[in-house]
Amino acid sequence: MLEIKEVSRYFDNFTALDKVSLNIAAGEFFTLLGPSGCGKTTLLRLIAGFDQPDNGDILLDGKSIIATPPERRPLHTIFQNYALFPHMTVTENIAFPLRMVGCTQAEINRRVAEALEDVSLPDKGNHYPDALSGGQKQRIAIARALVNRPRLLLLDEPLSALDAKLREQMQLELIKLQKEIGITFVYVTHDQGEALALSHRVAVMNRGTIAQVDEPSRLYGFPNSRFVADFIGQCNLLSGKVTQLQDNRAQVELEGLGPVQTAIPADSTIAVGRNCTLTLRPEKIHISSRVSHDEVEAHFKGIVHDMLYLGDVTVYKVELANGMLLEALLANSSPGRARFFEIGDQVEVAWHYDAGHLVMD
Amino acid sequence: MQQKSWQQRLLTLPPMGYLLIFFAIPTLIMLFASFRYTGEYGGLAPWYSIENGTLAFDLTLENWQRLFETDIYLRLFFKSIGYALVTTLLCILLGYPLALMIARSQKKHRDLLLLLVILPFWSNFLVRIYAWMIIFSPNGALTQMINSLRDLLGLAPISIMYSATAVITCLVYVHLPFMVLPLYANLEKHNPALLDAAQDLGANRWRRFWRITWPLSLSGVYAGSILVFIPVLGMFAIPDLLGGTDGIMIANVIKQQFVESRDWPFGSVLSMVLTATAVLVVLLGAKIGQQGAR
Repeated sequence: MLEIKEVSRYFDNFTALDKVSLNIAAGEFFTLLGPSGCGKTTLLRLIAGFDQPDNGDILLDGKSIIATPPERRPLHTIFQNYALFPHMTVTENIAFPLRMVGCTQAEINRRVAEALEDVSLPDKGNHYPDALSGGQKQRIAIARALVNRPRLLLLDEPLSALDAKLREQMQLELIKLQKEIGITFVYVTHDQGEALALSHRVAVMNRGTIAQVDEPSRLYGFPNSRFVADFIGQCNLLSGKVTQLQDNRAQVELEGLGPVQTAIPADSTIAVGRNCTLTLRPEKIHISSRVSHDEVEAHFKGIVHDMLYLGDVTVYKVELANGMLLEALLANSSPGRARFFEIGDQVEVAWHYDAGHLVMD
Repeated sequence: MQQKSWQQRLLTLPPMGYLLIFFAIPTLIMLFASFRYTGEYGGLAPWYSIENGTLAFDLTLENWQRLFETDIYLRLFFKSIGYALVTTLLCILLGYPLALMIARSQKKHRDLLLLLVILPFWSNFLVRIYAWMIIFSPNGALTQMINSLRDLLGLAPISIMYSATAVITCLVYVHLPFMVLPLYANLEKHNPALLDAAQDLGANRWRRFWRITWPLSLSGVYAGSILVFIPVLGMFAIPDLLGGTDGIMIANVIKQQFVESRDWPFGSVLSMVLTATAVLVVLLGAKIGQQGAR
């Protein structure tokens, strides 16, 4: 439905976007995720029409929209600080896009009332934005952007101004709303947790390019690069070299640790002699005081160097023999006192051969 | 509203005292003077006398009645209000685009542009009016140019000096910065994201201005209008020098009563009416301005 074709944008001698291509399907909740300065907001502004690409094309339903001014594009934006009009009541704010297309007053009244109902604020119509809380402003901004049913809704870090609890509640509401109305959402955020929680698909951006486009679970489980593995969630990154390929397993010589067995990822460009990174999520590493003899596991001795008790889980940083720190996660789910290790304890860390995910450097 | 502390009250004392001594008391003196008789050689006659041991007050309503005896003074009042309105309107028309342009220009240029707006204040007010006298004079460059153009079209030559045109042109020139500065202060604070949002929601350039920028700037427009309207209403130097008999305003008559005619009581009557008009305009402006700021 929305097709971004080799779009580039340069500012002076800085490349904000470098030949970015994306396809976003109708009804999709699509997220542009990346650190600040990765080009995600630039891309959003290009889609909205506030800025023009230097190269490439943007197609909506197969037709190029780059020559169309923002006010005539069938899409709306939710701005970071909502941008509600302070001199208009909530009702007038929501009526604004309807007035712009010349709806009758009766139609406006009906649709504004519906929109207020949709965001569960039916009695706030006569309030001015100043009198609303952050969450209420957010909902009014959403109601205003959706009232004339755009083809596409762009959201520019819309939850960044809310506190953590409210943010989680608004995330659930956004998911529900998007499902109900079926409008395509393009969401921009630097918060990887938010991206994973909300989206059908996520494009991870880095320095003006797309690093990976995938479903949240695949992004987390099967990052295609060191950058993505590092950016999405917590991850142990172990550098090494491929030394042997056998059936569906590879032997990797990890720097300072020695050889380990690992699964060969699908559609990988793996070859003997290539430099690679083994990405290991902390929750996939076992940590115990017993010594393992399991053939399919890699195991190393270490000492608990640091620990972070987070309530539901405890994060342990284990120092291996070569000085490397490995992060492991232990759920505190056993009844009674969880089995803690103390700083300085001798432990063994181990992982199953297919716990890690191998990416080529 | 929070109870004000005594420190806060103390801070308001100097301005309150200043206003009391230099505005409230003189106004009351003028109000009193408007009910007194003219003295034998001008000025004011004594307001009481003691004859045969009895006290008599020499106060009168004559001066106020005189205001309504002919329509000349009321017409002059309305004419002055008209001049002030036209000047204010022209200042809005000329000042608004300028203030908007400065507010939307790059940050590093704004200070310089503002400096240019207030630059005329660096030279004396009267000198600047004399400059306009030279420009408007029959042999001045402007009049000559207009008349040679009119001559080409076969029209009779005109004189700009000593006309309403000359007075209003100069009034606008002198008061334009008083419109531009409050407007700029207002427009500069506008959140540019609101215009992006309006455009995103389907508003073209024209509608973005009339539905967002203009309503949000109304308090600035009212502030500027008051700063222009009030001094113009009481202006006498400009009509004195550029107005001739046509362009005379109410303040010229007030000055005439005090200086030339030495009729202080009637001059006081006219002053009181002018002051009351100005106060009414301020109150009205403040009220509308408050609603505009909503």
